[in-house]
This record gives sequence, structure tokens and C-alpha cells, in this order.
Amino acid sequence: MFNYDPVLFSRILTGLTLFVHIIYATIGVGVPLIIALAEWIGIKRNDPHYLLMARRWARGFTVTVAVGVVTGTAIGLQLSLLWPNFMRVAGQAIALPLFMETFAFFVEAIFLGIYLYTWDRFKNRMVHFLLLIPVAIGSSASAFFITTVNAFMNAPRGFDMVEGQMTNIQPLLAMFNPAMPTKVSHVLVTAYVTSAFLLAAIAAIAAIAMLRGRNHTYYKKALRLTMTSALVFALASALIGDLSGKYLHEYQPEKLAAAEWHFETTDKASLILGGILTEENEVKFAIKIPFALSILAGSTPDTVVKGLNEVPPDELPPLRPTHYFFDSMVFIGIYLTLVALWYVIWQRRKRKTGKPISRMLLWAIVIGAPLAVMAIESGWMFAEIGRQPWILWKVMTVAEGATTSNHVDTMLWLFALLYAVLTLTAIRVLIRMFKDNPAEEEIAALGIEGGTKI
Amino acid sequence: MSYELLGITVLWIFLFGYLIVASIDFGAGFFSYVSSITGKRHIINNVIERYLSPVWEVTNVFLIFFYVGLVGFFPDAAYYYGTALLVPGSLATILLAIRGSYYAFSTYGFKNNRVYMFLYGVSGWLIPAALSTVLAVSEGGYITEQGGSITFAFGKLFTNIYPYSVILLALVSVLYISAMFLTYYAAKAEDSAALEVVRKYALFWSTPTILASLFVFYAIRGHNLDHFNNMVSNAWMFILSFLFFLIAVFCVWKRRNYGWAFACVVLQFGFAWFGYGKAHLPYVLYPYVNIHDSITNPSMATALIVVFILGLLILIPSLFLLLRLFLFDANYVKGNKTKA
Repeated sequence: MFNYDPVLFSRILTGLTLFVHIIYATIGVGVPLIIALAEWIGIKRNDPHYLLMARRWARGFTVTVAVGVVTGTAIGLQLSLLWPNFMRVAGQAIALPLFMETFAFFVEAIFLGIYLYTWDRFKNRMVHFLLLIPVAIGSSASAFFITTVNAFMNAPRGFDMVEGQMTNIQPLLAMFNPAMPTKVSHVLVTAYVTSAFLLAAIAAIAAIAMLRGRNHTYYKKALRLTMTSALVFALASALIGDLSGKYLHEYQPEKLAAAEWHFETTDKASLILGGILTEENEVKFAIKIPFALSILAGSTPDTVVKGLNEVPPDELPPLRPTHYFFDSMVFIGIYLTLVALWYVIWQRRKRKTGKPISRMLLWAIVIGAPLAVMAIESGWMFAEIGRQPWILWKVMTVAEGATTSNHVDTMLWLFALLYAVLTLTAIRVLIRMFKDNPAEEEIAALGIEGGTKI
Repeated sequence: MSYELLGITVLWIFLFGYLIVASIDFGAGFFSYVSSITGKRHIINNVIERYLSPVWEVTNVFLIFFYVGLVGFFPDAAYYYGTALLVPGSLATILLAIRGSYYAFSTYGFKNNRVYMFLYGVSGWLIPAALSTVLAVSEGGYITEQGGSITFAFGKLFTNIYPYSVILLALVSVLYISAMFLTYYAAKAEDSAALEVVRKYALFWSTPTILASLFVFYAIRGHNLDHFNNMVSNAWMFILSFLFFLIAVFCVWKRRNYGWAFACVVLQFGFAWFGYGKAHLPYVLYPYVNIHDSITNPSMATALIVVFILGLLILIPSLFLLLRLFLFDANYVKGNKTKA
């Protein structure tokens, strides 16, 4: 750490920017969809509670969008500032989706501006709802295009490498590379799950506070909407996670092996959960699920899974972080699915038994929100660390792509300070927004006490 | 028209778009802060807020669009500028981040918080100055390549006169463009108290703007004679620019045709901007990056242009809708709450 190494500092700074940006980006992708659901239900059932829900969420969303935009700008510029060699070479093949992303974002920005300032401007409420569609499509399309670039880094296609230069370029082939389908769909649905849990947690916190006597259907409705969507998307992410395993087996077996500390190439490979790795590459204290890795890789226990012993040592990613990040992503994914399932089962049984929601379930939902964010972070850490030492899988190493300039370390401290200040202020603004102006007061002020029964 | 010329023209148009909308935005933020010190905020704030709030997010995209397009069409530019401009580029990014987020914090969270207003007002004013140093760098002499490694003479930015002239022009023209626009917007809103204030701003900043422009001309002569000579051979564009400046100021001075006055401001900067850009060609960075050698491969260039045309088909109607709702809708501009 004490010798100045621009590669190391570039990695840390990029990692930090992405660590911060991905939180806001996830919210940016997922929340518009859930706002749209709320507003649509509100119009269809003529229930002012859902309309208010959409309105309140949209207010908070604006603040997160602002930080998302500026951190997104930062990562965009840092691509060139920290990875100029990579951009010079890879830009030849992958500039197209980056360019498309700006259009998607342009559309999102325009319609979000219109949406926020036209709540009471149209006689037909459907018109206002329709303005949200381009926002949701724009933000999901942004995620689509950017994830395509990341997929390209994992499975570079659509060019021939001749003397360090890309030739014979096919931009669409580069975009629609083998990693794209699983990666893009995984990023999208997990963004929806995480956003659903974040919004559910806000309602759950209010509901916990209200267990002391007060009660309001607004929060019940919010919980039901968010947790039901969370379950649907969580199940979808489990399915896509399985497909991602099969993708890795086919195209990046080294990454899968690193995630699973799988050394010997064998069939009937077992899946390893937790554990520690000794200096001699022995796995200890891990839970082993027999055959599971082979099934994950190829649907049958007979699937032969490539082991790390076949990988040249200088092409191995750091094994410990890769495995632990992979595991935390999976564990949290399971937790979120179970909590959402618990909620939905309670909801169904309540119709018969009338049993009120338990405090424990509410707390499980609240805890789910930070955990979901951690799962997103872990997933990205796994994706990026597991690709080491490559910036472009088997084409260019991270060290070859980095800048050679001085002062990357100073920039790292400056950006760290910036992100800390921005995030703290954003949290402060959001807490004030929801706490100082609780939904029941706004409902009372608007005189929409009734709503429809839940 | 060749790929490279088409590409750079499109990018230059978008950067011009950024120059105008960002100037309006940043200048308005600055006026908003200054007026809170001088106690005039209550007079002009309505007009500023009504215009800024729905469009703040769009401004940033113009810049991103230019940058991503530049990297896409001319990957070499990303390499040279990226390696050299780590520090100034990062500082500009930080200013953009502060400006964007504190504007939102201030508008949607803590209204009238002095610190937040200061942060976004001042950071916004400095962004064009920070970004315009890239224009100074593009004239050559700061980035040098020796034996495959790129060095950037940061100190030279402070000892040469040209960067100062560009920064000065950026600082004053932001305020001039913004004040001219707000004059038009206030007139449209029939808010005569606000109009009086912003009209004075507009007239006040017009003289420094034209002086700073002349200063840039003088400074570039000593810095990059080739570019200066190219500009002289395109002198008609700069003369037109000056004429539009005169018309714009005349209209505002005579309190009439504020809309046309602002259109003239756009033309004033448009002719100067494209005159400058045309004379800069073929270089994107003297003398290392020129559009002919640095253009990306033909298949990527074609793909980018196709996407660009498709994108415009979505973008233009969307922008038109935005302008129609918030700029040309008299009821909205006047602050009347009526259902459309």
C-alpha cells in the first residue's frame, strides 16, 4: 500500500464509485416499477391511498435519483480517467451500448421531470400514470445497456485481436454476447427485489411504531404491494441465478470453480457453503451439498465441473473473497425469498384467522432491506473479483487497462469524502422527508381517510 | 459527409446544447444564491424555481452524451485526455456531483438551507470554468507524449494566459446567458418585479461577456497561431455572432422582444461556437488526435450513427413535450394551477 501503484488505486477508486453508485442505481431501476404498480392500482381501484403511496415514494425517489445521476456521471468519466488503455482498445467494440445508455437515460430524465411536476395537471389520471412508463423503461434500459458492457468484459465477442488492436468489429455481436442474457436479467430482477424490500422496510418501520396503539391501512397496503412483488421477483432471481451458474460452467468455468473452491475436475461435484480455505488449499468447516455443484452447472449430477487445478496460477482470482461474496449473495437471496414467502402465507391465512401481522415478521422485513443491498454489493464484488486478473476475459488484464498517471491516491480520498458527504446528506433528507411528514398526517390533511378496505 | 465529420458535428451540437442549457441552469442557481444574500430572493426565486425544477436532470445528460459520444467515435481521445486529465477531470466531476445532488437536496428536502444553496450555487458557477480548461488543453502544449508515456504539464495552465481567458469567458458568459433567458422567462410569466431584477443582471453581464470574448481572441493568437488563422479565415461567423449580440442587448435595453433577444443570444454563441469548432478541425487534441486518424472502425461508426438517428426520433418529441409543458405553457409559466 505504501508504494504508489496506479493500478491498485484505480481499482479501489472504481470499486468505491461502483459500490456507492450501485445502491442508487438499483433504487433507480427498481423503484419506478413499484411506483407504477402503486399508481396503477390506485387509479384502477380508485383508492387514494395507493395514489398517495406513489406520490410519497416518487418524492423520495427524486433524491436518490439525484445522487444516482452524479455518481453515474462519476463512474462514466472514471472509465476514461482511470482506464484509458482499456477504453482505447475496448471502446472500438463496446461503445455502442454505452452510447445507447445515454439515450435511455435521456428519456428517463425528461419524463421523470414531467412526471414529478404534473400530478394534478391532467384531467385523466391515466395520462399521468403513462408518463411513468418511459421512466421505468428508460431506467431498466439503462441497466440493460450498461450490464451489456459488463457482460462483454466477461465474455468478449465480436472482434478479432490483432497485435493489441481490435479488428473486424461486429458491434451487435459484442453487445449480445453469451454473458448478456443471464447477467442483464439477474441485475434487473434483483434490482426489483431490493427496491421492493427497501420500500417495504419503510412501511414496516412505520407499522412497528404503530403497533403501539395506532393503526393505518395505508401501511398495510404498502406492505402487501411491496412484499408480493418481492416474492415474485425473488423467485425469478433464484431461477436466473441457476441459469447464471450454467452460463459460468459453459463460458467461465474458472469463475464458477473459484466461487466454489472447486479444485479437482470431477463429476458429482458438491456445492460448498461457508467454510475456510487453508494455506494448502484445503476446505474446512464447510457445509457440503453432494452433487449440487454439478446440478447447478449442468442440471445433472454427471456434469463434469472444471476445477481450479487446471487454471494457471497467475490466472486465478483471489479465492477467499470470491467464495465469500458469492455465498453471502446466495444466503441473502434465500433469506429474502423466505421472508417474502412468510409474508404472503401470513396474508393468505389472515383472511381466515384474522391474525394480525407479527412483530417478528415486520422486523424480518426491516432487516431485509439492508441485507438486500448487501446482496447486491456482494453480487457485484463476486462478479468483479471473480473475473480477476482480467478486465476483458482472457484478452486484457486489469493492469494493462489501467491509467499510468500520478495522484490516483489523492483522487481516491477526495471521492471517498464526496461519497460519504453525499450519502449522509441523502439519508438525512430522506429521513426527514418520511418521518417529519408521516403518511397518516398527509392522509388526514388531504381528507382521504377512507380508501378501500384491505 | 464522412463519418468523422458527421460524428464530430453531432458531438459539437450536443456540447453546444449543453453550453446553453447548463449556462441557464448554473447561472440561475448562482443568481438564486446571490439574491439570498442581497435579500432579493423572494422576488426572483419563483421564476427560477419554476423553470429549473422540472429540467435539472436533463442538463447533465447533454454533457454525458457528448463525452460518451466522443469516446465512442474517437477512442484515442479517451486515451489521451483520460490519461492526462485525471486531476482536473476528477475535480470537475466532484463539482458536478455537488451541484447535482445539493440542488435536489435543497429543492426536495431542506428548503432555504443557506449551506446547501451556497454549495449548489457556487459549484454550478465553477463547472463551466473547470470544463472549459479542457478546451484550453485541446489547443496543445499541455499534453505531450514521449516514448509511449503521456505527461500533462499541469503548472503550465497557470502560467499561460490563454487558459485564464477561457475561464474568464466561461464565468461571465454563464451569467449572461442565464440572465438573458430568465429575462425572457420572467417576461413570459408577466412577473414584472422579477423581470426588473434579471433584466439588470442581463445588461450588467453583457459588456464583460463581449470583452472576455475579445480577450480569448487575443490570447489564442499567442497560443496557437494556426487555430487563430483558421478563425480569421472564418471571420464572417464571428462577425455574425457579434451582430446577434448587439441585437440581443438592444432588445433587452429597449424592453421589447425578449423572446427574440434570447434567440439572438443563442445565435450569438452558436456562431462563435461553431466558428471556433470549425477552425479547430481536424484536431481534437493538437497535435495528437485528429478526426481522420482517430475515428473508430467503420462498423462501429455506422452503428453509432444509426443509433443516433433512432435516438433522435425518440428524443426530439420528448424534449418538445418537456418544453411545451414547462416553457411554452403560459399557465404553468405564470404559476397558475389549472388542469391542462
